Amino acid sequence: MLAPLFDVPVLGLIVQLVDYLINVLTVNGALILALSAPLALGAMCGVMNERSGVVNIGIEGMMLAAAFSGWYVASIVGQAIPADPSGVFGATPALLIGVLAAIGTGLLLSVVHAWLCITVRADQIISGTIINIVAFGLTGYLDLLLSQGSQPSGGKFQPFDPPQWLMDLPFVGWLFRMVLEQGPITMSVIVLAVVLQVLLFRTRWGLRTRAVGEHPKAAETVGINVIRLRYQNVILGGIFAGLGGAWFTLDFGSSFQIGMTNGRGYIALAALIFGRWHPVGALGAALLFAASGALGTAIRTTPPPGQLGDFLTSIPEQFFSALPYIVTIIVLAGVVGRSTPPAADGQPYEREAVT
Amino acid sequence: MRARIWAALAMPAAAILLALIAGAVVIILSSPIVTGHFDPLLPLATYSAIIQGSLGSVNGLVDTVVAATPLILVGLSVALCFKAGLFNIGGQGQFLMGAVTAAGVGAALSTAPPLVAVPVAILAGLVAGAAYGFIPGALKAFTGAHEVVTTIMLNYIAYYVVSYLVTGPLREQGASFARSADVGNAAIPIIFNQGTGHEAHLGILLPFIAAPIIWWLLYRSTLGFEIRTVGANPDAARYAGMRPRMLVMLTMTVGGLLAGLAGAIEILGVQHYMPAAYSTNVGFEAITVALLARANPIGVIFSGLLLGAMRAGAPLMQIQAGVPVQMIDLLQGLILFFLTADILVRKVFRIRAKGGGVDELNTVGRTYGGQTTTAP
Amino acid sequence: MTEAPHPAAERVIAPALEMRGITKRYPGVVANDRIDLQVHPGEIHALLGENGAGKSTLMNILYGLARPDEGEILLDGSVVRIAGPADAIARGISMVHQHFMLVPVLTVAENILLGAETMGNAGFLDRREASRRIRELGARFGFEIDPDEKVGRLSVGWQQRVEILKALYREARVLVLDEPTATLTPQETKEIFAVLRRLRDEGHSIVFISHKLYEVLEIADRITVIRRGRVVGERIPSETNEDDLAELMVGREVQLSVDRGQSQPGADALTVADLVVKDDRGREVVHDVGFQVRAGEIFGIAGVAGNGQDELVEVITGLRRPAGGRIMLDGRDITSSGPRELHLMGVGFVPADRHRFGLVMSFPITDNLVLNDYFSPPFARGLVRNDAAVRAQADEAIARFDIRTPSPTTPCGTLSGGNQQKVVVAREFDRDLRLLVLDQPTRGLDVGSVEFIHRRTIAKRDAGTAVLLVSAELDEVLELSDRIGVMYRGSLVAVLDGPSADREQVGLLMATGGRGGVTPPPTPDVATA
Repeated sequence: MLAPLFDVPVLGLIVQLVDYLINVLTVNGALILALSAPLALGAMCGVMNERSGVVNIGIEGMMLAAAFSGWYVASIVGQAIPADPSGVFGATPALLIGVLAAIGTGLLLSVVHAWLCITVRADQIISGTIINIVAFGLTGYLDLLLSQGSQPSGGKFQPFDPPQWLMDLPFVGWLFRMVLEQGPITMSVIVLAVVLQVLLFRTRWGLRTRAVGEHPKAAETVGINVIRLRYQNVILGGIFAGLGGAWFTLDFGSSFQIGMTNGRGYIALAALIFGRWHPVGALGAALLFAASGALGTAIRTTPPPGQLGDFLTSIPEQFFSALPYIVTIIVLAGVVGRSTPPAADGQPYEREAVT
Repeated sequence: MRARIWAALAMPAAAILLALIAGAVVIILSSPIVTGHFDPLLPLATYSAIIQGSLGSVNGLVDTVVAATPLILVGLSVALCFKAGLFNIGGQGQFLMGAVTAAGVGAALSTAPPLVAVPVAILAGLVAGAAYGFIPGALKAFTGAHEVVTTIMLNYIAYYVVSYLVTGPLREQGASFARSADVGNAAIPIIFNQGTGHEAHLGILLPFIAAPIIWWLLYRSTLGFEIRTVGANPDAARYAGMRPRMLVMLTMTVGGLLAGLAGAIEILGVQHYMPAAYSTNVGFEAITVALLARANPIGVIFSGLLLGAMRAGAPLMQIQAGVPVQMIDLLQGLILFFLTADILVRKVFRIRAKGGGVDELNTVGRTYGGQTTTAP
Repeated sequence: MTEAPHPAAERVIAPALEMRGITKRYPGVVANDRIDLQVHPGEIHALLGENGAGKSTLMNILYGLARPDEGEILLDGSVVRIAGPADAIARGISMVHQHFMLVPVLTVAENILLGAETMGNAGFLDRREASRRIRELGARFGFEIDPDEKVGRLSVGWQQRVEILKALYREARVLVLDEPTATLTPQETKEIFAVLRRLRDEGHSIVFISHKLYEVLEIADRITVIRRGRVVGERIPSETNEDDLAELMVGREVQLSVDRGQSQPGADALTVADLVVKDDRGREVVHDVGFQVRAGEIFGIAGVAGNGQDELVEVITGLRRPAGGRIMLDGRDITSSGPRELHLMGVGFVPADRHRFGLVMSFPITDNLVLNDYFSPPFARGLVRNDAAVRAQADEAIARFDIRTPSPTTPCGTLSGGNQQKVVVAREFDRDLRLLVLDQPTRGLDVGSVEFIHRRTIAKRDAGTAVLLVSAELDEVLELSDRIGVMYRGSLVAVLDGPSADREQVGLLMATGGRGGVTPPPTPDVATA
């Protein structure tokens, strides 16, 4: 549609670039949503933690550990109870139990994090770092041990197959394809984001959580149990981290590699900040970061024609691999000053009497 | 005096002990896979192999000191930044940038006289690391972007930069795997040769020079007083006429400098070239080093040697006991865990000694959301 | 505690609230020592004592925030055990705290509802119903409140009202107010007192904690005086006076005001002209302020906290850049000078919040005493510090200013509030100063420390220093100032002569800015924490 403008010098290049980007985004919409799933789920774990006042940079480790346990459990169960993929997302008992195991791992690590931050009142950033280091070491150790026997995969979920007429609709067809042609975990991301948003801003539990994250003393004096509410939030946040981990080995891929989360738990933090600690905002930010990752692949496989294409393909591929991380830094630098976290975020709460 | 040393050592020692016990449990549980049968004595074999491999022979001692060198230097970087209320997780990236720069400059000077090549290559690595530390420092000072996330991002970016440089401009043609050219004359001289793979290079002296310098800087100089004040109370620092932004940038830069130095001498002293997929965990290990020493520069020497010993003993552990070297990563994580869960340790050992933590970590947490000091 | 029964207590009903033999020990101090307290229904009972006497501890025990070591609590004659704030609230005890327990980013409604939320169907909050109830409640007590305004944007006086509404929303039978008038103007205090009287007449029991003698005499039906954790007397207002109460509170004859003496002012030292300052959010909080302080005089700025004083002080001490105007010291333009430059020019500063700008709590006293001078000889030469000189200085200062500490290297965080402030004073006062800026210098301190600081301030004035005193304690300003300025909504609305200033008049200026009449309704432009 905009093609005639391409030959205008300079401006033409920009227009062509924009046109190309839009093209990439719509064509790869499904891939982008899929790639955004771990980021969004990680960010939602972060929302729950930080809205109640606990900083959690251990999301990376939680997802990694969950990815490993999900994969391993699915593998074992798959060997014990072999089954054909069912009609719904190709689910098998192995996969379902695998997801449960992943969620369970997220919960377990969240309990540790909650204990260290809330009861021990350790530095919360250190606690998150510990989880990352232990998760990395443990999964690496176990993976090496187990791969000596060449562990078979437990399979993975099949993406949903939406009706063709829906996808053929003009203008909105690509949207349906993007949202529906996905595995179960990716598809649940949008729903979960909305549910969490409602939970946080329209229910009593959400109001109390936010109060506890902003001014825990005030909440205490109206009779709210700050400690219990924080524990609840941190531990439930582990569910999202667990799901995020399961995405790696049960939805998007089907095998485990050491360190496969590759920093996405940290990008999730940036999505959280960019989204101003709102679940839906964090999802939007996650889509942005995922898009920057998809861009690299797209340029390599289907570059635009002409001058623009030559220019883009001459950029070393490592630049595009690094692009999500670069975008994260730029976003953080530009946004952080203007978005404020919950006021009591990161500060341990001391229950002893006041004044 | 003796009571104070004991008090300072009690917590770290207890944490290490508990970590070894927890590690032993993991080893026992995984023994069926490692040795084919359930072996409750496997931890003993594992730990004794580590000790034997690191301290049981001259080779081992050499390996320990060589492994400890980058750990101490990067540990100093992390400790110094802690004192300023900053969490430098970017040691990894700063190390890599220092390493690849030294490799590149070294290769370019590989035929120059060593007296020129060595210092220049080291200097180049040092400067690269400093620049790479300056970036997150400036971001923190001017935009409030918290260094925890920016440095981790920069770590990944550094990995890709190295990959690009080594497979591109610095690539050694005709090598069997992707790596940079040999540094030739820029290699740091060996001072103690026990045979291949066990050579102690001159660089091992650097940590023992750097640590006292950093200690003196922090506790005897006005600049160190400023750094510590910014870490303890940025507002009071402003009132005192100090410039928190400058100090944040300076500290991160010096931190990057130390880590870059570590990378440079590791390449110039040990490998003599830069592989495209250089695998290291030094950034995270250094965090354990710094926290074990409670951010005290002299303490970092000891905790660095400890973790260096663990690294040095790991290969023997894998050979003799069959336990993968990743166990060391796990043990370090466990040490860090028990250090932090100090009330647990205190209960088990009935230690009354106060404090298992670094006070300045307060500021690290408080500035997380971008609430910076809003002035020069 | 037997004495002639008050007419209101003639009816032989069990007291609404009784605390018997309450004892609470903390390490090193007995905060409450066998305290007895009886509050009858339909009574305003004042709990009087100076800071640190144990009043707040006692009320924390009542509210379930602390557990007594000995003693018991009775409500309507039966012994109860209060497990926590939720329990206290359920039993009809409500507390309005000294430091506001409000969440700034939540609305008035959300703050009032918190913990007692009005639920709609399906577990969702019912905002509309809650708003309605709150408006109704406010109207009952004579004020119009917007339930959807964010609390952080309200003025301090209105936040106080929200706190009280919070307590009333829960149908409290026993209402405890901890220093409720600390941040109110005399006008607002009168209005709050009217509300309290109405509540009392409806049968509520009110415990009114304060250290302000004249207020207690005005509002209370009965007064219990606490000193060092013990009840030292019970009084009825008609049978006592300020001097009697003061003596009970402190245990000795108290000089209620320091002898100010005559000031001998010299030339203009500090000149402020057309000053405009913006706060962290970019809003203008100081509008075209101008005044002079002469050498050898104390210029006191009175005003309710949050009217721009903090920002004004920060600009004068170099911690903030003004958006417009000029500041001159001895003829030199210091508008954009930083703290170090000012320090070297002879400016001293005692900040309102010593945790932020005053001290580094984790550092030893030695380092804190040289916080502004650590780089100058003899404490350092170039990069190298001289620890011996620092230590010698500390030894001297500790002796001269009577700072109670186990050692000069003790971290400041472990000292008492009064001693911490003494460290700040020792550092700032202990040299020749052209200008001394004091911001809330005696807030939260015991009477002894207050006297100490007031005396030293007058001594500084007599030595020729220009003193700028900013305080929300009207009495402090009246007591010390040679000239008084009143800040209202960011403007200096009046400058009066100190010795002849009338309390009522200044209070009115603080409350209304000189426009006379009723306190205006809340507007969002003066936001405070």
